[in-house]
Amino acid sequence: MIDKPALPPYARALDMDIVDEIHGAPVIGMPFADRVQGRPGFLHGGAISGLLEIAAIAAIHQALRAKGSDSNIKQVNVTVDFMRGGLNQMTYAVGEVTRLGRTMANVEARAWQEDRDKPIAMGYMHYLIKARTA
Amino acid sequence: MAFGKPDLGSITPKGAAFDPALVNKMMGKFGHGGFLNMEYVGHGDDWVELAIDWREDLVADPDTGILASAVIISLMDNATSMSIWTKLGEFRPQVTMDLRIDYLRPSPSGERVYGRGICYHLTNSIGFVRGFAHNGNPDEPLAHVTGTFIRIGDRIS
Repeated sequence: MIDKPALPPYARALDMDIVDEIHGAPVIGMPFADRVQGRPGFLHGGAISGLLEIAAIAAIHQALRAKGSDSNIKQVNVTVDFMRGGLNQMTYAVGEVTRLGRTMANVEARAWQEDRDKPIAMGYMHYLIKARTA
Repeated sequence: MAFGKPDLGSITPKGAAFDPALVNKMMGKFGHGGFLNMEYVGHGDDWVELAIDWREDLVADPDTGILASAVIISLMDNATSMSIWTKLGEFRPQVTMDLRIDYLRPSPSGERVYGRGICYHLTNSIGFVRGFAHNGNPDEPLAHVTGTFIRIGDRIS
């Protein structure tokens, strides 16, 4: 059963949705449309980055929930490597929390189309973990 | 292709100097740039500044209204990309190889966000860029970016 937390307005505006899960992390899908197109026939790098960030945030929220934590997160930075042009088809992304500490988390996100072994882009993010003050 | 629009090569006549204001009429009004409604603000020899107005559907968190960070990536991607053509003086096809963004602070609810892209070095195949985003005062940046673009094929004209 996929836990479906509400995605942010930005993600909904680009028609992103949780479509699956991999090792507990939500897989986010984003259909091709004019609103995510860059040069004709290809996804815009910013839209791919947005999908990677939404997947990374979903993964870290899931990892925090699994730990029983209700901490807030704050993104510090992101590096995106663009590997292949995104074509006119469905794009997927999933985040992997490579380290979840008390003060920060490292997350890696992968975006792909037909074949998960052929990523179109990878994102590497750092998040600050901020405990909620009671 | 269902989403017909002219490609950039066809609106930048060969021999004519690259005009970021003209090119943004396409990059900022169609596709993802159109969705974000990117506006041309200004340019110099090696830089281009664009802006996006705050909008409810671009926020990351409805409680705070802060802008989704990816909106800033898209803005900086376009501004840095255009800074290469501006420095070069003509359009040439290229793709983003990588971008790194440091988020110094969020872009607050209701605030217009500006992105200035600067091309600081060009080789035959690579454009090296940096840039920053702000809310109207360039001395108070909200994000810094560095990245590289790679030329693909030859000039389309």
